[in-house]
Formats: sequence, C-alpha cells, structure tokens
Amino acid sequence: MSSIAKKENLVYQKPALRTEKPYHYCPGCGHGVVHNVILEVLEEMGLQDKAIGIAPVGCAVLAYDYLNIDMQQAAHGRAPALASAVSRMMPDKAVFTYQGDGDLAAIGTAETIHACNRGENIVIFFVNNGIYGMTGGQMAPTTLPGMTSSTSPHGRDVKTMGGPMKITEMVAQLDGVYMCTRQSVHTPGNVRKLKKAIRQAFENQQNHKGLSFIEIVSNCNSGWKMTPLASNKWMEENMFPVYPLGDIKVDGKLVK
Amino acid sequence: MAKFKGEIIIDVEKCKGCQVCAPACSFGCIGFSPKVNAKGYNYAVLEKPDACIGCANCAIVCPDAVITVYKAKVE
Repeated sequence: MSSIAKKENLVYQKPALRTEKPYHYCPGCGHGVVHNVILEVLEEMGLQDKAIGIAPVGCAVLAYDYLNIDMQQAAHGRAPALASAVSRMMPDKAVFTYQGDGDLAAIGTAETIHACNRGENIVIFFVNNGIYGMTGGQMAPTTLPGMTSSTSPHGRDVKTMGGPMKITEMVAQLDGVYMCTRQSVHTPGNVRKLKKAIRQAFENQQNHKGLSFIEIVSNCNSGWKMTPLASNKWMEENMFPVYPLGDIKVDGKLVK
Repeated sequence: MAKFKGEIIIDVEKCKGCQVCAPACSFGCIGFSPKVNAKGYNYAVLEKPDACIGCANCAIVCPDAVITVYKAKVE
C-alpha cells in the first residue's frame, strides 16, 4: 500500500501563522483550538500584515508567543481600552482582543462595556470557562450556581455571591455592538461554526461596521478537576443550559 | 461513487494525549499508545488506517494542531 501523504493530498495542517513553540496550555484546553481557528481565518483573509492582537492577563497571557502576528499586552482587564486606542490610531488594521472570563467579565467589566457602548471597530474574543483557570481555579463572576471552586468549596451560593454573569447578553443590548454570538470548540461541528463567526467578525471589522463580540464557552479540565473528555461532557450538561450557544445579535439586530 | 482514503500523521512528541480527537472520529480510527512520549503522555496513534477517510475532524478539534491530514480519491 503506497502512502498518500503527499503535498498535493494535504487537507489540514498546523496553521501557517503559528510559531513553532508548543502551547503551554493543559492537555485538552479549548484555548489551543481558538488560537488555531483565529490564525486560520487571518491567513485565509490575508490579514497577517494588518492584524494586531491584544493579549490579556490569564492563561492566554502568552498568546504572543504562539500567534505569529503583531501583538500587544494590556494590563489586567484593559485589553478593550488598549484595542480602542490602537484601532483609532490605525483604523485600517484588524484589531482584536483575546480575553478570558476573569479578565473580561471581572476586573475589565467597565472597559468592556464602555468599549462596546462606544462601538469601537474591534473584535473581542471572550473565552468563558466559568473559573479563574490560571491562578488555581478560584470563583469567577461566570461560575455556575452551586459550582465548587477553590474559593467556593461548598458551591457558589447565589444569595451571597450572586449568579453567573451573562456578559454577552448584556453587551448585546448596546447600540455600538454590531455582532454578538456564543460558540464552543468541543466538537468538530462547533469548531466549524466558530470559524464562520470569526470570519464574519473580521469582515465586519474590515468594513468598519462596529464591534463584534464572540464568546467561546470552553472547558478548564484542570480547574474543574476532570479529564478533558469528562470536562467537555460536563460543559454540555451544565454550562450550555446557562450559556446557550447561538447568535445573539446579527447585523446590528437582536435575534434572541 | 468515488471513495476517499485518508491518512493522518501525528506529531507524537507534541501530542499531549488529551484524547479529544478520538470521539471526533466517526469511524473510531484513533487509539492511544501504551508507550509515552518524551513529555510522558500516551500519544494518539492511527489504529485503523484503512477506515480513515481524511475528513480532518480529529485535526480541527486538536488543541495543539499536531495532526496533519491527507486525503486522496480512490477508484
């Protein structure tokens, strides 16, 4: 049997815009897939020279080591403010922020909401795993009711700690937000849907339509203390009822 | 009807053995080696090379993009 592993038969390989450095993320973490899909879209749209990414504080703080595009690092939670400045100074660049839930929905809530309200011409990627993954699994604003974390060992008590913050639904209400969607990356179908959404977001951005906000519900298997496959199943059963997948705002109109 | 044959090449030294690729394959082609790589992970291997159709589902869910996929038409 002859091998078909030849250049003309190639259908998928590591994105060309990724550096050779292996990801530091835990095995099975959704961050890697989201990085790969963003890079594939930037490559397909020929935006590698125009893209400027803003790295957050959190697990993805080292994103600039892996994405072979121009990157800038913001103070904790301030990525949308920095992205606003970059996109105003260089309006033709493809500016995006890449943030987790501790960064975007906790310390950076004000910056996020005001950047969305001003309708800055940027793309925001919000990776939501319901926990502070990097610092050891503390409770985040997005933690589910009853969910245990290192700072809520008896489960999140809604009476004293509040409920999960649905920041994607909140920013969808703002006029400056042109597109708002929630996706995930745990199955091939969901990855393909996310890729379509990311392409739409960068097209909006290139056409100066306003802000595009993409939430990705992801797992944190080490923070949740599960295997990658068990955490994906747990995410389907527990995260999706609270954070339902799908488009929330399309072309400036609410659809949900 | 033309049939497709696929082949995947796994970069075993970069594989973290997270097993997310295995349920993504409709034909159950992917298994995990009892041996470990230099990082100590039981890396993924193509167990049923004849069943692979090169759909790339395993590769697009791989967080570390260690899978390269080839696909060819067979008569």
